[in-house]
Amino acid sequence: MDWITEPFQHEFMRRVLVGGALIGFTGGFLGAFIVLRRLALMADSLSHSLLPGLALGFMLFGLAPMGLFFGALVAALIVAVGAQMIARSSRLKEDTALGVLYTVAFSLGVVLISLVKVRVSLVHYLFGNILGLSNADLWMIWGISLVVVPLLAALQRPLLLTLFDPVVAETQGIRVNRLNLLLIVALVLTMIASLQAIGVIMLLGLLIAPAATVFLLCDSYPAMLWGGGAIGMFGSCLGLVLSYRLNLPSGACIVLTLGVIFFAAYLFSPRYGILRKILRGRHFHQESLARWSNDKSDQGSPPSI
Amino acid sequence: MGIWGCLGGFDFSMMTRPPFTTVHGLEVSDLTVSYNRIPALHHINFSVNCGQCVGLLGPNGAGKSTLLKVLAGLLPKETGRIAFHGRETHGASQDFAYLPQREAIDWDFPTTVRGLVEMGRYLRVGWWRSYSQEDAAVVDQAVTAMQLGPLAQRQISALSGGQQQRAFLARALAQQAHVFLLDEPFTGLDQPTQVNLKQLILELRDQGKLIVASHHDLTSVRELFDQVILINGELIASGRVEDVFTEENLQMTYNTPTFAGPTGRAHDHPHD
Repeated sequence: MDWITEPFQHEFMRRVLVGGALIGFTGGFLGAFIVLRRLALMADSLSHSLLPGLALGFMLFGLAPMGLFFGALVAALIVAVGAQMIARSSRLKEDTALGVLYTVAFSLGVVLISLVKVRVSLVHYLFGNILGLSNADLWMIWGISLVVVPLLAALQRPLLLTLFDPVVAETQGIRVNRLNLLLIVALVLTMIASLQAIGVIMLLGLLIAPAATVFLLCDSYPAMLWGGGAIGMFGSCLGLVLSYRLNLPSGACIVLTLGVIFFAAYLFSPRYGILRKILRGRHFHQESLARWSNDKSDQGSPPSI
Repeated sequence: MGIWGCLGGFDFSMMTRPPFTTVHGLEVSDLTVSYNRIPALHHINFSVNCGQCVGLLGPNGAGKSTLLKVLAGLLPKETGRIAFHGRETHGASQDFAYLPQREAIDWDFPTTVRGLVEMGRYLRVGWWRSYSQEDAAVVDQAVTAMQLGPLAQRQISALSGGQQQRAFLARALAQQAHVFLLDEPFTGLDQPTQVNLKQLILELRDQGKLIVASHHDLTSVRELFDQVILINGELIASGRVEDVFTEENLQMTYNTPTFAGPTGRAHDHPHD
């Protein structure tokens, strides 16, 4: 027990854990929308396209968090909007356009960061470094979480209709396009908040693993939102403690913890778990065999269904 | 003949009543809809009263889904007018419920049958307020009317095809819609299920709802519908089944190239 609680005694570790809990909850909460709207590729692309924005922000404003924040926001939105524009103005589908754009943006980011060569290390942005979490970063995380979660919670009914069936939602008078745009902005904000802890490459895991876990456990939409948030929060905090204890990179520890939880649900979920599927299959097979043999002994004819 | 001239040889005596005199129902006049400037529906005119079950027939690509979607307010109309109870509709309306084809639904979505029906109430309830007892009562009624009581807590993928259709009808009922726009509701259902669904739809009709359903199985038209609308890019005929569902009209509907406008996609005008 001491092994778990001891880190909380350091002021720095407390700050890190608060930050981890916040981004875990926000990411997990938002993840439900990403999973149900099938935006995983979009989310991955956008997280990678944060990189050139960070590099430019650093070149223009130095390490000031606001400069990095706006650089990342603008870069991700350019990629998101640009992919839509390419998809609409040519015969390419959006996933293809997005794939091209985000890899180009990511490469641009790598080149820019290599050119700058001062203090900031590429690895830091790619894999995250929670040790770099400053007070200003923590304030930003608070700010973003307190905007994103209440906003999405308030809009959960129109969002539900949109996610379930955008066509019908439109007939019910919902502004589907606006909601989609709002979702993308919320996504980018959440990614910027989580960047410091997790890094560009593994961001997607924090976003969708918790929601995917809940999706395997139950059939309730509110449970996906709040349950995803809870799992994300728990996984982040546990991952951070492990990272501190075992002296391992924070982002990888968080995503690995969430991964373990996900695979446990995949195997053991009482409703949609793989083990249950296998066991149930065998059960039916035996029932079927029993029915055949009964029918044959009774009448010697094939059973009626 | 006026604007009717462009419909070429359309015989108005086959309609049960002259167009645009009804008020208690749906009137469509001179409706044109285009995708990327290529017309999919051309100067469509018809009017139907409430309390009818209307079949929308035509070959693939004739614009059946397009017509349903434009009635639902999902597609912009290029020209023309759609009026319900004498008032022109603009875009989406709570009076219209659109039921998409079953393939268009993500059946793994985490919601139960009851949750799906409750979605029909959302916009009446608003974004914030919780369900009132009245809302719950409306949902209960819709669930019962569509015989979904025992299935209410099931996840929607654990339903059969007919049950899925009923769940969506129940949602439209909970929305308290007056016009039900159904896209191929009978497709893929076996005979008993089709009969059951038909009975439920007829009950809705007897309550004064207007049901417009696209359909492609010509053999079951007579038992399912009171009225039919035959389209093939343009209107071929509309009216009571006995009057309009004739060999001659079917020939015109199915055995002519789809009308795509004077500058259309290499199709000829069917009545030139």
